[in-house]
Amino acid sequence: MLSWWLPEDVSSYGKDIDFLFHLIYYITGATFVLVAAAMIAFLVLYRHKEGRRATYTHGNTTLEIVWTVVPTLILVVLTFLSVPTWARIKMQMPKTDLTVQVNAKQFNWIVTYPGPDGKFGTEDDKTFDNEIHVPVGKPVKLVLKAQDVIHSLFLPNLRFKQDAVPGREIPAWFEATKTGKYEMPCAELCGFGHSGMRGWLFVHTPEDYQKWVKQQWQ
Amino acid sequence: MSHPTAATVTAHEAHHELAFVRTYIFSTDHKMIARQFLFLGLFMMVIGGLLAMLIRWQLAWPETPVPGLGWLLRETEGVIPPETYNMLFTMHATLMIFFVIMPILAGAFGNFCIPLMIGARDMAFPRLNMLSFWTGAVAGVLMLAGFFVPGGHAAAGWTSYAPLSAVPTYTGTNWGQNLWCISLIVLAASSMMGAINYITTVINMRAPGMTLFRMPLVVWSLFITAILLLLALPVLTSAAAMLLFDRTLGTHWFLPAGGGEPLLWQHLFWFFGHPEVYILILPAMGMASEILPVFARKPIFGYRAMVYSMLAICFLSWIVYGHHMFVSGMDPRVGIAFTLTTMVIAVPSAIKTFNWLGTLWGGSILFTTPMLNALAFVGMFVIGGLSGIFMASTPVDIFIQDTYFIVAHIHYVVFGGSIFGAFAAIYYWFPKMFGRMMNEPLGKLHFWTTFITYNVAFFPMHILGVGGMMRRIYNPVQYEFLQHLQWWNVLITYGAFALGLAQIFFVINFFWSLFAGKRAPANPWNATTLEWTAPSPPPHLNWGDRIPTVYHGPYEYSVPGMSEDFAPQTRPLPKGAAAHH
Repeated sequence: MLSWWLPEDVSSYGKDIDFLFHLIYYITGATFVLVAAAMIAFLVLYRHKEGRRATYTHGNTTLEIVWTVVPTLILVVLTFLSVPTWARIKMQMPKTDLTVQVNAKQFNWIVTYPGPDGKFGTEDDKTFDNEIHVPVGKPVKLVLKAQDVIHSLFLPNLRFKQDAVPGREIPAWFEATKTGKYEMPCAELCGFGHSGMRGWLFVHTPEDYQKWVKQQWQ
Repeated sequence: MSHPTAATVTAHEAHHELAFVRTYIFSTDHKMIARQFLFLGLFMMVIGGLLAMLIRWQLAWPETPVPGLGWLLRETEGVIPPETYNMLFTMHATLMIFFVIMPILAGAFGNFCIPLMIGARDMAFPRLNMLSFWTGAVAGVLMLAGFFVPGGHAAAGWTSYAPLSAVPTYTGTNWGQNLWCISLIVLAASSMMGAINYITTVINMRAPGMTLFRMPLVVWSLFITAILLLLALPVLTSAAAMLLFDRTLGTHWFLPAGGGEPLLWQHLFWFFGHPEVYILILPAMGMASEILPVFARKPIFGYRAMVYSMLAICFLSWIVYGHHMFVSGMDPRVGIAFTLTTMVIAVPSAIKTFNWLGTLWGGSILFTTPMLNALAFVGMFVIGGLSGIFMASTPVDIFIQDTYFIVAHIHYVVFGGSIFGAFAAIYYWFPKMFGRMMNEPLGKLHFWTTFITYNVAFFPMHILGVGGMMRRIYNPVQYEFLQHLQWWNVLITYGAFALGLAQIFFVINFFWSLFAGKRAPANPWNATTLEWTAPSPPPHLNWGDRIPTVYHGPYEYSVPGMSEDFAPQTRPLPKGAAAHH
């Protein structure tokens, strides 16, 4: 893949998003090429020439019905192809072993883990600035909150984006498919420090993740 | 409404021995008000354009001093600080949308075209029309005043999402954001007056024989735009007032601490904002539909489909706004409904595009400057329309929301669409508006340089967006995953600077033609619509003692059995010629 295309996908649902992206890319690309080719051809063929008059016509009902119905069908099909992926990502929550709270504020991601007891609001909760650590191959639930203004947690490689809105707790999830360190910028303008408000997602192997957990909760 | 007789017209004119002030400043003549709106829009375009140049400097060479700006940014020795950068893009968009495109497309050409093209002597309410312009001018002064208040101008984006915009300490701007709200409330009042006037004029003041389905498409587009303005602007007014009250009176519409709801702002803003997008593009669609037949010397293809598709857009534009909010925290189930409506609103735009192509098919095409700009409108609007389909698909939108893909899309619609439409309209109606022709070679030079540099400046933004570059960030090279894309930012900036410089050709052509252009005949383009039956420029009240009578539709070009290749609407078609309207 060219380096100036989509960032590497390391998400369980990323390929479904990328499939739709490419499908729309090919459909719109082909449409553009056809329209542009027709337009350029008409401009060349029907340029003004002395002695030739333009064709006198006000339209063609059959043609007009065709170019209304065909795009409608394509667009409705695209809608119905989009719905299952959308439902899976945003409307369903897989069973998860790990829930992480992300509380956004100007200009940091405050990340809270529930600790060994698995409950938030207890003494073994632990908070990190701008770092999320997760095991690979496991769905992770995020609960997004914001203290001041709206922020948006963006994980380009995980095809994840969700706004964090003050006064709300918004659930979301992802599952990383490859270990590594992935950038986690804020995607919603949140003030003068918006640019540079970023964190990192660390995706560990299960063993490394357990090691990290042990280190934090000794 | 009855039309004035010859005697009353003469008496009317004698009564108005118009002094300078009444002619050029507090004029009630729709054509003068149109010129005033045009100059307001072009003046603001210079400011909005310069702001864009600063934005581009920062994105290409982040945190380096802007050459020649050391005197203004003294504390940083010419480097744009982040809060100033936020102000720059906020005000670039605010000025371009509310004070450039709306005044030029709806204000100037709405005022100029509607009475002249339906055969009316003026707007239905000339004084209200004058008030509309001057209210708009006051809004402009208020908006510009924001640059000079302590704390700087609004810096929460043109979308001014609450709570960022609702609490002064979140952005550090105080009166800047307040003036932003006040100015838009005043501007909305101006637009309301204009909208009421346009609608009343179109419904009541058409010349004899000018049935609704004999109206030129640009009049239809402006009529539908006026309906959208009338219904959408009050929503903006309410939202801006609520925001102002949150900021100054201690209300909590959008602040959760007091029981408010941040998403309420987005619902209100986009309920206005999406019809607004069509307010910006519909007049340009009308202008392209007007100009293509003239220079293809051919009737518009599918006139009725053109009208119905605009009406469909008018209706659908109210039920698509949620696509701006797919990842906002709005219930995701609602997103599905908005996906369907958003996909469907692409259909009327597709119909229009195919009809424009149909109009070119079999034509006898003349490549004048207005025609080149109208053709560019069609081509660029196709790109802007097609890129919109990516956003309509909710899963894809998760990734591209708030990236440069969105910035690319909006610029293909409002620059590629609206601004090329505006240039087409200016080149086309300039002879009627000012009585002189614009210079063709200079116009073509302006067109080609603009067209090429425009695409260099905006097309690569799609690539940045696909790469994941967020919009509204101050410094892209702060992010590791964006560093390999930085050279695109540099290229875009060169394109933007060249695009800015290319506009000098337009400025020279405009002012040179204004004073020294060749005198324009009444009908320089051999066009059929009514404005070309009036002298160039038309006198006060447009026509002499008789209002034209209309016999057929607006696009009767190359009618078989006629020696000339155009049949003005005021002349009956020969017997046996196929008249569809």
